[in-house]
Amino acid sequence: MAKTRLGVNFSPLKLEGQTLKRHRDEVLRLTRETGHYAGLKHLELKESDPILYNKMFSRLRAGVVHARETAKRIAASPIVEQEGELCFTLYNPAGDSLMTSTGIIIHVGTMGAAIKYMIENGWEENPGIRPGDIFTNNDCMLGNVHPCDVHTIVPIFWEDQLVGWVGGVTHVIDTGALGPGSMTMGPVQRFGDGYQITCRKTGENDRPLRDWLHESQRSIRTTRYWLLDERTRIAGCHMIRDLVLDLIREVGIDNYMRFAYEIVEDGRRSLIRRIKSMTVPGKYRAVAFVDVGYKHPDVQVPPYAKVDTIMHAPHEITIHPDGTWKLDFDGSSRWGWHSFNAQPVSFTSGIWVMMTQTLIPTELVNDGAYYATQFRLPKGTWQNPDDRRTAHSYAWHFLVSAWSAIWRSLSTAYFARGYLEEVNAGNANTSNWLQGGGFNQYDEIHAVNSFEAASEGTGAGAVKDGLDHAAAIWNPEGDMGDMEIWELAEPLIYLGRNVKANTGGYGKYRGGCGYETLRMVYNAKDWTMFFMGNGYMVSDWGLMGGYPSAAGYRFEAHGTDLKERIEKGLPLPLGPDADPDHPEYEKLMKARTIKRDKQTMTTETIFENYDLYLNYLRGGPGFGDPIERDPAKIEADLNGGYLLPRYAEKVYGAVIYQDEQGRWHVDREATEKRRAEIRKERIARGKPTREWMKEERERILRKEASVQVRHMFATSFQLSPRFLEEFKRFWDLPEDWSLTEEELEVPTFGAKHRMSVEQLPDVKRLVLVEE
Amino acid sequence: MAYDRKKIEELIDGTIDWETLHRMLSEPKDPERFRLYLEILQERVPWEDRIILPYQYHLYVVQKKDTKEWVIKCDCGHEFCDYRDNWKLHALIYVRDTEESLNEIYPKLMAPDPNWQVFREYYCPGCGTLLEVEAPTPWYPVIHNWEPDIETFYREWLGQPVPERAEPVRK
Repeated sequence: MAKTRLGVNFSPLKLEGQTLKRHRDEVLRLTRETGHYAGLKHLELKESDPILYNKMFSRLRAGVVHARETAKRIAASPIVEQEGELCFTLYNPAGDSLMTSTGIIIHVGTMGAAIKYMIENGWEENPGIRPGDIFTNNDCMLGNVHPCDVHTIVPIFWEDQLVGWVGGVTHVIDTGALGPGSMTMGPVQRFGDGYQITCRKTGENDRPLRDWLHESQRSIRTTRYWLLDERTRIAGCHMIRDLVLDLIREVGIDNYMRFAYEIVEDGRRSLIRRIKSMTVPGKYRAVAFVDVGYKHPDVQVPPYAKVDTIMHAPHEITIHPDGTWKLDFDGSSRWGWHSFNAQPVSFTSGIWVMMTQTLIPTELVNDGAYYATQFRLPKGTWQNPDDRRTAHSYAWHFLVSAWSAIWRSLSTAYFARGYLEEVNAGNANTSNWLQGGGFNQYDEIHAVNSFEAASEGTGAGAVKDGLDHAAAIWNPEGDMGDMEIWELAEPLIYLGRNVKANTGGYGKYRGGCGYETLRMVYNAKDWTMFFMGNGYMVSDWGLMGGYPSAAGYRFEAHGTDLKERIEKGLPLPLGPDADPDHPEYEKLMKARTIKRDKQTMTTETIFENYDLYLNYLRGGPGFGDPIERDPAKIEADLNGGYLLPRYAEKVYGAVIYQDEQGRWHVDREATEKRRAEIRKERIARGKPTREWMKEERERILRKEASVQVRHMFATSFQLSPRFLEEFKRFWDLPEDWSLTEEELEVPTFGAKHRMSVEQLPDVKRLVLVEE
Repeated sequence: MAYDRKKIEELIDGTIDWETLHRMLSEPKDPERFRLYLEILQERVPWEDRIILPYQYHLYVVQKKDTKEWVIKCDCGHEFCDYRDNWKLHALIYVRDTEESLNEIYPKLMAPDPNWQVFREYYCPGCGTLLEVEAPTPWYPVIHNWEPDIETFYREWLGQPVPERAEPVRK
């Protein structure tokens, strides 16, 4: 029987009008109809010449990683050069990714969305797509995480026909937002969120256009870093373009084009295989929250935004018998007047960053995984705003919090199958973000954004503790950076960099501890800084008996006498804020104002030289009942400064003592007895859950909860009648029970009047999830 | 890559060497793990009901020896409920919703504010083990974490016969 060729043309594309759009439509149609990417039921190249296929994969993968490692040396920004906040990804003509480098791989999806946006909106006709073109994008409405992630996108042509695209992204240090720093606090609308560029053609013949260079430098604060970051991205993209063309010369254009689609189908199948080999089919549920404390006087925003509220992200993951899965976030709270909103692509693509650390820790990370997954992000939620005014500069506040719950669902499956090595209680809230700006020590306009947050504590496993001050979920290669480099980049001297005790969630295996750095402003002028992180809430939970990590707090001191103390050689506050219940810094200095509280998000505050700022980086959640923790581990925690002694007693049930040298020990026998008592105490103080539910139901009927709690529920109820019905059913509430924003007596801007981006003329919005 | 029984025991006990653990993380999964894991767990529990699926740390879906019903059971022997039900509704709960009770767990500034978030601790009524700490807002429904599709798992994914299951007798 003759082979029937399916509809996708696996040939280079001669662009003329609607070629790209027709091509993508065909890819999507066949994917939908056959269940295989681009209709590829058989991987002809892989099956007929597996050695060539794997050779091509290895060449390209090594090439994208190499391009990242080489290009990052061009950058001057420590965010890129020290922290590795960049990534390069190769795409086929339809904008689906083949493979990516290491780094901030959330952008596999966001840059792909930018390419797809250009395809869907007729870029082929106007402004045209030609060899040597350079496009720049950082528009959050297209799916970008936040404006500081700037994309450079370069089409790859074989002779005069398109064979794919390459994208490069760096996290720039400033985007000219309302306040300095790349993820500023304060914008409540897009119009304060920073300079945004929508897939604009910014270069021709491989060179940036002059109008672009002039305009973009005028639009941001840190011009030198901006220019070098762009050169980093362009260099990396051109290296990868050269590699692709070399490879085509070697293997032939037909093989390359076939590969560029088969590899996506291969990625789809790979995810299904992993799901089947590591999980159990069924329904998994978990929820995540994080605080938005905007009512405080130190958050200076317009009056309609001065609302305390809570991000709500419940999920139901269904793992189907065929190994595909659906991730449904129905019930999520509404977007808000803050800069923590996200877009569907950043939400879904970010999940793949997480998956590379657990379910798919392979080199084969591409859009195939997307095609094996069904996402449901209802329109109007914070992950899928239905208003074109939303701000996104610190979308991560919500994203990292929401994903933490997904670890728990997946870990439940791993635990059931005995793959205990994969269990992870969750990820830290990746804060605090030290940011600010003014004139720096070199008398230049400057902005800072400390990426010390790239090294938080990690979640505990089922066989070991989490790693201390080690990683951030958004960059699997995170690094805290050298103090000496940060001091060159910021007019802030280190007075301490220490492990932060008690930050890892307790458990049989504890979460990794975070750390804290005490910074003194020095040689700055007209300088402001602000805080950004969680404080009233923790955003992770422990797993299977473990506790969540600790919540954040802030410490700042203004008008200190440190200059005089330094001149006189007197003791200074140095090292950790070891026990915030018994603070020591205040004993070693005088200050006009000290702020020590849980208001961990603030807008710009003036900092003079010799003022202090504590940068506290969070820990990860714990696993298992803490009273099962090995006494030897408790001793190590105490002697290493990871645990305050009174919590060894209260939480771990350890009976402890110090020897003459001051070293802590755990009395094994006494501890065993104490732990047996704790079990009895728990049984005595616990009450049957259903009895407690009757009391909680009464509180709900009386509407007895803080405004922020009620506000969260009211916005979720408005968007999801299903969530409201389930809530009422669970608590056995009367049929007519309801909760609306109007009854809360807080501003309700956005509750009724909203307008989405697709209502703009000539704009076709890209929809990549079920809404 | 297959691992011998001793290595899986060490994994369960958290005493496994880093080299083997790293291999387990970085290499394709060993399909025989589930069988070995179940065998070891079965030997370690003090009761004779058959473990169908480890539900979470300390809890199992078991087939009761006498009635063949599937229930969620603690390794201390306490039976919670039918395997499709939410075990937390059958546990003991202690809620930390005051600054004082949260300060037992973290220094004041490092604990959540109870106007935003509370800790709900779920204990086994039989042995007092802390089985889960939920950290939701007040009012939040008790979450039913997991409804495994055990029949599909056995029949289609493991290629094994589904263990016998009797519907619970209504009392």
